[in-house]
Amino acid sequence: MAGLEIPTWDPETALLIGTILLEAIVLYVGYGGLERLFGPYLMKLLVGGDADAR
Amino acid sequence: MLDSLLGGAGILGTSPEMLALFVGFGLVVGVLFGFFGMGGSFLVTPALLMLDYEPSVAVGSGMAFVFGTAVIATLKHHDLGQVDYKLGAIMITGTTIGIEAGRASVYYLESLGLAGGIISVAYVVLLGGVGAMVTRDALKSNGGGGIDHEAADKDLDEYEIPEIAKTIQQTVRIPPMVTLRGDVRVSVWVITAVAFATGLLSGFLGVGGGFIRMPAMIYAIGVPVPVAVGTDLFEIVFSGGLGSYLYGQGGGVNLGIVAPLLFGSALGARIGSAATAVVDADGIKIYFGGMLLIGAVAVGIGEIGSYLGNPTLELLGLVLVIGAAVVVAFAILYTTISSLRQERHQGTTVTD
Repeated sequence: MAGLEIPTWDPETALLIGTILLEAIVLYVGYGGLERLFGPYLMKLLVGGDADAR
Repeated sequence: MLDSLLGGAGILGTSPEMLALFVGFGLVVGVLFGFFGMGGSFLVTPALLMLDYEPSVAVGSGMAFVFGTAVIATLKHHDLGQVDYKLGAIMITGTTIGIEAGRASVYYLESLGLAGGIISVAYVVLLGGVGAMVTRDALKSNGGGGIDHEAADKDLDEYEIPEIAKTIQQTVRIPPMVTLRGDVRVSVWVITAVAFATGLLSGFLGVGGGFIRMPAMIYAIGVPVPVAVGTDLFEIVFSGGLGSYLYGQGGGVNLGIVAPLLFGSALGARIGSAATAVVDADGIKIYFGGMLLIGAVAVGIGEIGSYLGNPTLELLGLVLVIGAAVVVAFAILYTTISSLRQERHQGTTVTD
């Protein structure tokens, strides 16, 4: 059976996982900013009138 | 190095059609995750298996997707003060060993040529079991399955510890004991056992394990619901990160799959989370349970199609699993917009 493995340092894999981590943080901040900027406008468009963005 | 990362991992190797499919699927999965607080990864690995990816790539990429989703959700729960870092740190050890045992099992089964079949069968049992549980609870209308949106708004002091958790806390008093948020005192060994069992599941199936870990933290450890949710996500950041790293070393993480899925799901999770403020989850929970049951049937059909070498059955399985998720996500969006319009209409009528 394939034995339990102690993680070894692999720069390419670390870069791969780091890229995913960075993408997640950028998406959290980016979508948050977009929500603040365009949220109220989008809510008006979808609901009509003066509904507040939730 | 970046060239080899992008080219080799497949972000350039993924066709525009597949990128669009992954972004769209990520959006749907994100809406479900943001609304129900679970189910984020249930559908990704089976869908990848049905798209004929290697089992280790389907599970590894599913786990890397879970890792990215957990990072985003933990940032949000940290802002709300709902993460118990002490509990999370204790759980990491047990989960890490569990994940590694699960991952080693996948590679072992893959070497025997059995991984795809066994993982699919495990998914049929899992999706079917959880789907039946959620549907039964929804029919009884007593909540259960996913986050209780009203409960999540209460103060931590207002939570009552479930009877079963009290019994475990009084019976298993093997030192060392720790005190957690919400004034819960429990043995480190109980926490480690819960962590190992859910880690094993995560490593074997590439899922976050939140649908088992959250109830386990609430009923076995006795922590308040919002703390269970926040801490579970914090813990998945580490366990999912380590699991993704180990799968990545074996070539199991495909950035061409994970990046577009995450791009869609981060937006979908915001929409789903915002919808919880408008729509009562109980009304839609039955659809969620139904979706999981259809998912179980779809994986079964896909696996039979693969066994018989029938591409029509494989395609039918894939259409069913994605279609069911799309229908439930649209039901959430439609109900949310309808409720908002109704609220506005009532507000206008009252003003008139």
